[in-house]
Amino acid sequence: NIPSMSTSDSEEDSYNERTALVASEIPSVPSYQQDPDQPQPADMEPRRRTVAPEPAAEPPSLDRSAVEREPVDLEEEEELPLKYGAKHVIMLFVPVTLCMVVVVATIKSVSFYTEKNGQQLIYTPFTEDTDTVGERLLNSVLNTIIMISVIVVMTIFLVVLYKYRCYKFIHGWLILSSLMMLFWFSFMYLGEVFKTYNLAMDYPTVAMIIWNFGVVGMICIHWKGPLQLQQAYLIAISALMALVFIKYLPEWSAWVILGAISVYDLVAVLCPKGPLRMLVETAQERNEPIFPALIYSSAMIWMVGMANPARHAEPTNQDTGTFCLISAYNPLALTMLRGVKLGLGDFIFYSVLVGKAAATGGDWNTTLACFVAILIGLCLTLLLLAIFKKALPALPISITFGLVFYFSTDNLVRPFMDNLAAHQFYI
Amino acid sequence: MTAAVFFGCAFIAFGPAFSLFIFTIAKDPLRVIILIAGAFFWLVSLLLSSLVWFIATKATNAQDLTLQKNLLIFGSIFSVILQEVFRFAYYRLLRKANEGLAAISEEDGPPLSVREMAYVAGLGFGIMSGAFSMINTLSDSLGPGTVGMFGDSQYYFITSALMTLALTMLHTFWGVVFFEGCERKRWWVIAVVLCVHLMVFSLSLLNPFYVGSILPVYAIMLLMAVWAFFSSGGSLHNITLLWTCRKSNTETSS
Repeated sequence: NIPSMSTSDSEEDSYNERTALVASEIPSVPSYQQDPDQPQPADMEPRRRTVAPEPAAEPPSLDRSAVEREPVDLEEEEELPLKYGAKHVIMLFVPVTLCMVVVVATIKSVSFYTEKNGQQLIYTPFTEDTDTVGERLLNSVLNTIIMISVIVVMTIFLVVLYKYRCYKFIHGWLILSSLMMLFWFSFMYLGEVFKTYNLAMDYPTVAMIIWNFGVVGMICIHWKGPLQLQQAYLIAISALMALVFIKYLPEWSAWVILGAISVYDLVAVLCPKGPLRMLVETAQERNEPIFPALIYSSAMIWMVGMANPARHAEPTNQDTGTFCLISAYNPLALTMLRGVKLGLGDFIFYSVLVGKAAATGGDWNTTLACFVAILIGLCLTLLLLAIFKKALPALPISITFGLVFYFSTDNLVRPFMDNLAAHQFYI
Repeated sequence: MTAAVFFGCAFIAFGPAFSLFIFTIAKDPLRVIILIAGAFFWLVSLLLSSLVWFIATKATNAQDLTLQKNLLIFGSIFSVILQEVFRFAYYRLLRKANEGLAAISEEDGPPLSVREMAYVAGLGFGIMSGAFSMINTLSDSLGPGTVGMFGDSQYYFITSALMTLALTMLHTFWGVVFFEGCERKRWWVIAVVLCVHLMVFSLSLLNPFYVGSILPVYAIMLLMAVWAFFSSGGSLHNITLLWTCRKSNTETSS
């Protein structure tokens, strides 16, 4: 039983839709209700300890922005929500940690991603090579405004496309984006790694490596593949994207953008007229899975059904390519173990924060402090998710903690610890 | 400044803590979360104390070296006190959380006993403290350089690693003893832990006179280990059972 889900990639200008923390079930569940003997999910509601936001219909699984959490338990496993809650937190800690480790390792060893050669993204046109501090600050704020406006426009464009059911356009866009990520950016990355370690390599070998990497990635992400391979590819893509941001965003602009994007995330998800919230609600009204987005899924999703033992896995939704296996082992009630999903935009911005902490100054204490702060922020966000059970943005708490800890550790703790280490005092 | 020094010091400083993590904590998600939260609490205490130190140094003459050194000592003492305060705060938080979890869960009692939480919290403090003390030093040991060029000690790296190991283990034992003392409402335990922590810090002031600092610190570590063992329910009986590989008549306690 290999549940997989189609996800697709998008370019830098569409990373906005990925800033989401999602926990919801797979979309294929409704279509399994083909057998009239099978209990409808609505019948299962009384057994659920917590009420899902949409009890009548199965909520869509892939939600770009909203966080919907519906823990479902068997009757005899009622103490498990806590363990499941902790388990889900760890299921997110591990990939976030891996992504950060990849980014930090690259930043520390491959100097390409920390070299600033004056090239900037077109979204941040104002230079930071100014004469005065005030000018520099002004330029970074202007850069941020431009970047955030681009994000807002893209999100609204996406929501409009979704509302008017232009699915093909969106699919095409996402496929093009993931093509670029998997082939071009990984080729650049490989090239820089070879340069750093002075490895001679010929073009045919590189072509073979990149071709294989890219094609397998496209298959895993857009079609079917083993869950762990899919997770690995999503982590790799997030790391590549984060590295691109770290290289091309100017210093101060990057920090201001991080702050601004967490505020935007908060507003877009929680305000009634926020674009991301509207996206969620539209998808829920239509009772369909949102087109594949960049979402990291943490768990194998299995269904235990009281059913005809002859029932077997079948692809239910050709678009998403998701399927799941009904196992007849446990003839108890219909239950599902749902994993927790985290939008790839969250991975990217967490890694950008930690990567920038590693890039500037070379102090490992700062990097470690930001890492712990982000993990704790993620933990708190998941706790809030368990309490409020509604759409929640994943960025604000973690990024706030990360920023606070970055600036305070860099300026306050670093001189303190350096002095202590010089004298070999141990506190 | 070789790879041997790097790996040797890394394993000395972090080996036991890492293996404790792998064997006792990594499998249980709740313990991992408590570990990371403990690390976070230690970090916050360090942040606040370095803020105080920073303000003190900025307010005084930076050229006066003895004054700066004294300010550093003052800042460190304040940091030690604040670390114990935050340990107490973490204890209160964990107790509240545990009660909440026990209330909503159906099985008897909370999912984690206070002793487990004490151990994990102490280890969290220890790992973070060790990491912050040692990581920059380790990273420097990979690069080029000569140790002890200006008359400083040649044994800088190895002694740093040994002290880091001692501090990590001490934090773990202090965590166990501290939480147990708070549980039993024996407030003198808190005072003793604080005093021992201050004593360990004062011993480190003797560096680079390593005989005077490392040996006593390890002696204190062994004493604390014994205290933590007995405080968390161990006894000579348990040890004899362990050595003779016999199970007791009642359930064996972990």
